[in-house]
Amino acid sequence: MSITPSPQGDVPAAPAGMRAAGRSPQRSQRWLPWVKAAVFLLAMVPLLRLVAYGLTDRLGANPVEFITRSTGTWTLVMLCITLAITPVRRVSGLSWLVRFRRMLGLFAFCYGALHFVTYFWLDQWFDWASILRDVSGKRPFITVGFAAFVLMVPLALTSPHAMVRRLGAKRWQRLHRAIYAIAVLAILHYWWMKAGKNDLAQPLIYAIVVAGLLGARVIWALRRQRVQALSGSSRSPANSDSTVSRSRTR
Amino acid sequence: MSTNKSHKSRLRGADIPASSITPREVVLARRRFLRVSGAGLTGLGGLALGVLPQPAAFAADSPGTGLAKLTATRNTRYVITDKPTDIKDVTTYNNFYEFGTDKSDPARRASTLKPRPWQIAIEGEVKQPKVYDIDALLKLAPLEERIYRHRCVEGWSMVIPWIGYSLAELIRQVQPTGNAKYVEFVTLADPKQMPGLSYPVLSWPYVEGLRMDEAMHPLALLTFGLYGEVLPNQNGAPVRMVVPWKYGFKSAKSIVKIRFVEKMPLTSWNRAAPDEYGFYSNVNPEVDHPRWSQATERRIGDGGIFTPKRKTLMFNGYGEQVASLYQGMDLRKFF
Repeated sequence: MSITPSPQGDVPAAPAGMRAAGRSPQRSQRWLPWVKAAVFLLAMVPLLRLVAYGLTDRLGANPVEFITRSTGTWTLVMLCITLAITPVRRVSGLSWLVRFRRMLGLFAFCYGALHFVTYFWLDQWFDWASILRDVSGKRPFITVGFAAFVLMVPLALTSPHAMVRRLGAKRWQRLHRAIYAIAVLAILHYWWMKAGKNDLAQPLIYAIVVAGLLGARVIWALRRQRVQALSGSSRSPANSDSTVSRSRTR
Repeated sequence: MSTNKSHKSRLRGADIPASSITPREVVLARRRFLRVSGAGLTGLGGLALGVLPQPAAFAADSPGTGLAKLTATRNTRYVITDKPTDIKDVTTYNNFYEFGTDKSDPARRASTLKPRPWQIAIEGEVKQPKVYDIDALLKLAPLEERIYRHRCVEGWSMVIPWIGYSLAELIRQVQPTGNAKYVEFVTLADPKQMPGLSYPVLSWPYVEGLRMDEAMHPLALLTFGLYGEVLPNQNGAPVRMVVPWKYGFKSAKSIVKIRFVEKMPLTSWNRAAPDEYGFYSNVNPEVDHPRWSQATERRIGDGGIFTPKRKTLMFNGYGEQVASLYQGMDLRKFF
């Protein structure tokens, strides 16, 4: 999940700063590894907290529920942050933000995987018959949650640079658009889970965030279409490739 | 209970020697110790993490202690072999939506509830309608301690030493008329005391109900305390129902009104989701909730995260006592 599909990445009016930063990688790379390490550690905090709580018996009355909720929440948070990279980069012109996308996407996958393992191990205790019933529709919120997780697997597997090269930028990008579907399914998963309690305040917040992040992309895509229609030109393949080649050669 | 004969033959669902229940004094002493050591540890902060058991968690924990004691005689007919759930879990892991929908909300926010003064109105189809003061109600019959299993519809369970007396005692006093077919329980709905009421999660006030024969069953406990003390606010102070063979939500908390009625009451959860929560809501491992299985349950405080869930028992293990109430009824239909 390193490069989110960015259909707007080739917009002619790309901020100048972005280009400039792209051209002088040496300057940015000096601090980048440190920031990356810091972000990595920060993203590990929820997991380390769970471990610390587990060792000190502070997971509350229902530890399995606590772990399930916590890993689920952080999956959603990581998904939102990953999805926010492109819009924030566009608005702010901070092109180096894209360097964090793969890592954050992989963290979303890792927390999602922990969430899933917690479910089938600690919660269901490998009761495959019951798990199959849940996944196949008895509990629709689990069905969509499982679908979201399954969709994340190929994105995680194709996250290395080598895979981008092997698939080709175009196909890779198309595949990684699955993150949009993953985000929607994840919201639905949380929404339906909470609907039983008639308490949708929390899922609503995440739904608004995801709607905003996806909505921005839709608006940009529509605007680009209009610009193209006005200029009468079709999408320039050279230009569109440039986004990917930049990240490929970083 | 237990004459020595029945003791071995009925391992499940009966008879725990009084000695194996942690006495309240011991619980309190442990808590005092932990609170003191916890306070000392906060300074050590991260150093203590992972090395010492239970540091800060207990430090902030006050509910359950310092409440007025409630003297009761243990009713040995209603004692079970399961290990009682830690008082800390009993008083911090609650569903009481009037204080918020998170299970930690009631313990954090229920301090605004004022359990004294408190009146309970007995209304409807009774010969002796009456408003009881809580202290008068407490003295209406001898208080008993009973250790019951408690099964939440969400799939978790506890074992709790409650204090109260059979609701039947009160019902006999107020003399229902021949028209009284059901009993309706109404929970307090005061936005000043209950912050959760500002969210329309359910239709307030919370209403629950029992059929007359269920309400008269000796197991149905009008409850005033737990673990030797008056009920903590988050557990439904000052008076609640405990109906151990039904899912927990059937046991209304902080009751202000008990009405005797002819028609089946429209209970809060039944009204909110009739296909998910029936009027009866008896614990039944064979009838799943539409959104999850009811075959197993997570016993709170039972082992660690690597302890599998346990099998849920029909009528929460009280089938011997209550199954006859539902003879001939299709429990799939009347769930």
